[in-house]
Amino acid sequence: MVSEQVVLKMENITKDYYGNRVLENVSFELKKGEILGLIGENGAGKSTLMNILFGMSVISETGGYQGKVIIDGKEVNFKNAFDALDAGIGMVHQEFSLIPGFTTIENIMLNRESLKYNFLVEVFGSRLKTLDRTDMKDRAEKAISALGVKIDPNMLIAEMPVGHKQFTEIARELDRKNMKILVLDEPTAVLTESEADILIQSLKRLSDLGIAIIFISHRLKEIIDVCDKILVLRDGKTVRESPAKETSIRQIAQWMVGRNIEEKKDEVKNEKKLGDTVLKVENLWVDMPGETVRDVSFEVREGEIFGIGGLAGQGKLGIPNGIMGLYEAGGRIEVFGKSLEMNVPVKALKAGMAFVAEDRRGVGLLLEEPIDWNISFTVMQAQNKYLKSFIGGLVKWRDDKKISELAKEYIKILDIKCVDEKQPVQELSGGNQQKICLAKAFAVNPKILFVSEPTRGIDIGAKKLVLDTLKQYNQKYGTTIIMTSSELEELRSICDNIAIVDEGKVAGILPATAATEDFGLLMAGKVDESKEKVSAQ
Amino acid sequence: MSQNLTFTEKLKNFFISNAVPILFVVITLLAVPVSGFSANYLIQEMITRIGRNSFLVLSLLLPIIAGMGLNFGMVLGAMAGQIGLIFITDWSIVGIPGLVLAMLISTPISILLGILCGSVLNRAKGREMATSYILGFFINGVYQLVVLYFMGGIIPVKSPSLVLSRGYGIRNTVALDGVRQVFDNMIPLKIGEISIPLGTFFIIALLCLFILWFRKTKLGQDMRAIAQDMKVAQSAGIPVDRTRIISIVISTVLAGYGQIIFLQNMGTLSTYNSHDQTGVFSIAAILIGGATVSRATIPNVFIGVILFHMMFVVSPMAGKNLIGQAMLGEYFRQFISYGIIAIALVLHAWRRQKDKEMERRSLRGVKAEKQPQAEK
Repeated sequence: MVSEQVVLKMENITKDYYGNRVLENVSFELKKGEILGLIGENGAGKSTLMNILFGMSVISETGGYQGKVIIDGKEVNFKNAFDALDAGIGMVHQEFSLIPGFTTIENIMLNRESLKYNFLVEVFGSRLKTLDRTDMKDRAEKAISALGVKIDPNMLIAEMPVGHKQFTEIARELDRKNMKILVLDEPTAVLTESEADILIQSLKRLSDLGIAIIFISHRLKEIIDVCDKILVLRDGKTVRESPAKETSIRQIAQWMVGRNIEEKKDEVKNEKKLGDTVLKVENLWVDMPGETVRDVSFEVREGEIFGIGGLAGQGKLGIPNGIMGLYEAGGRIEVFGKSLEMNVPVKALKAGMAFVAEDRRGVGLLLEEPIDWNISFTVMQAQNKYLKSFIGGLVKWRDDKKISELAKEYIKILDIKCVDEKQPVQELSGGNQQKICLAKAFAVNPKILFVSEPTRGIDIGAKKLVLDTLKQYNQKYGTTIIMTSSELEELRSICDNIAIVDEGKVAGILPATAATEDFGLLMAGKVDESKEKVSAQ
Repeated sequence: MSQNLTFTEKLKNFFISNAVPILFVVITLLAVPVSGFSANYLIQEMITRIGRNSFLVLSLLLPIIAGMGLNFGMVLGAMAGQIGLIFITDWSIVGIPGLVLAMLISTPISILLGILCGSVLNRAKGREMATSYILGFFINGVYQLVVLYFMGGIIPVKSPSLVLSRGYGIRNTVALDGVRQVFDNMIPLKIGEISIPLGTFFIIALLCLFILWFRKTKLGQDMRAIAQDMKVAQSAGIPVDRTRIISIVISTVLAGYGQIIFLQNMGTLSTYNSHDQTGVFSIAAILIGGATVSRATIPNVFIGVILFHMMFVVSPMAGKNLIGQAMLGEYFRQFISYGIIAIALVLHAWRRQKDKEMERRSLRGVKAEKQPQAEK
């Protein structure tokens, strides 16, 4: 039930992060009881927009924003998130922020408990008031029933199914007195289909109660189902604002991913001949926090550049990390027809695989050490090369001369900009650091090379260099490369086939030449419904 | 899921979660007959020691509730209590007024030390125990400086029975004749041969009531929330750092009172040693009572005090009767105290790991994912 009263208006919002424009002239209106679907890829500006609405400190610390946020006709400028809460904006984040050992009631009431007076308050202050459990129960039950769901108010959060946790979190926001606007960030991501349906029913009830909702989701079907209006962002700009009824999933997917693709696709891909299957992954699961992989199977053939794409947090980064044994994983992996022992990184390296991690400063590089050490580090560990043996191999020393030669060679091949091979890696630019990571992996002479987010955080020129390097290496040595990246266009520019990962599963594998919107649909969780019938409850 | 456990599983769980107290019950049951002590003697000893130590051990509860682990920093409070006792001895204030005054003197010192300790621990989140242990050594140095050099000099302490003959510094032992066992004998009660320190028990009961009530306050609820997830508590608007400091301050003040109660029972203050092992022995006691680094209850305190001190009393004689060496008991005492703390810390780390795995079970693999659904 949408009334004409506008509760929130964001006007011409523009925001730069260190000269990098992440939002440009974004405007929208939200009416009482209206549900707005906010859609966009990672980096489209959704989170920044919500951070501005919430007065998060990252915004003011990085120079504030331009434009106006108007709530109930008054311009506001929140100092921190608590101001926003006071103004009646509630937010449910993607990760739960619940206390596991507390009951539903205690969590809904967290820091807003009903209290009873006693005389000690006069001496020691109001925090010595005791809790009024009966009133808390009443209030919690009221909030839960507003959602139209049944949750045991005395159950511990730790023992609850995920869906109930999500409802608890929403109920907590509902208990606030003047809740007007509720922001839900990917609320259905962790839910089963039936739970998500219940949630959507609840949202409709809330909108009938006059609460305006901003609904962020990558499941476009839900957006179409529940929203009155959609706002699609891409690269910080409004691509489209339209009533939900007048669009289709396919259209939204196209708006979401469709970029102004540079038309000069000069190199026509000459059909590569791919060899036998070299890597076979079956039912892989990986417990990597924030990038959980649930059930992934795929095959990669010799000489292939295989891309793994998908939105952040869906599990694409977990795949290489799990295969290389860096995070707890299970399932079956076959490398060159031989099964690989899991969770032991050395075995993975010995099987001829190498990994360029997404976190190059954290695990990829020894920042304070010189270039040559960095390049030779893995090869020394995994293959005992570049070592001088003494006393029959009991004592091994670094062979500094050979290490230097190795480093010089790669500096030349990859055109790494540095003073010499003894320069500490932390003094190099991001792009050059990434090249060191690649050199480190190349030095092992891998048969299969995993590369995660190779272009994250480096400038456009360097991006092209890194991608070209990978492509050349693949052509020259026939190395199989498995590249993970959030940037679809990047994957499409060098990969042969691309798997799109969604919610920890492979949503589909397409040749790189497939249409953009097909990739978009896979990312948007529109998998073949008949295949996905989870018999939940 | 917990309802679906079979009886054997429940029994197993019971033994696993109560392994430490059960082990000590067994040891005590074996050692008591060997020691040859009479029942009367043992009961008297236990009653005395419950009165002497419980208050100190109870002071550990609040920081555990607030998720700060075992507060080795309680020795700071013990030192404050001792300073109070030194002053009232110098001023010759005897009886209950003397003890109450000693408590009043110790309170502001404890509060200051508690704020210091809490602020330091807020900078060492997740490493509270090691930090507070070392902080205890540091403050011990300050305490010695004050007592050994300042008292009698800058700080006026007149009584010649207290001050070293060189004119400043407090003697190694201070006889607390004026306040000796005055709490214990406040309400005299004797059942048969056994005398019961009813006054002290009364004070301990009051503290227990306070702790029970405190858990129901907003502050107590906030502490429980912080213990489980500081980030969530912070984002809900609970002042995390301040609450943590309050819990340490209360603990330190209580430890100060506890040390005064402990020493009034002993009757002498060993100026430079009394507080030394207060922390370690109290912590060992609460752990033996079945507490863990993250969970402790009032019954844990009393069971722990009884079991730990039963071993204290019994083991020297048992050692002598078995091997002919009483020293074995003393050795045993130290060995057990530190050993039990080490085991508790390892168990805590292990259990946290297990809990984490349980929590993430649903994220691991296809089979694991289906399990919880099947149970519904």
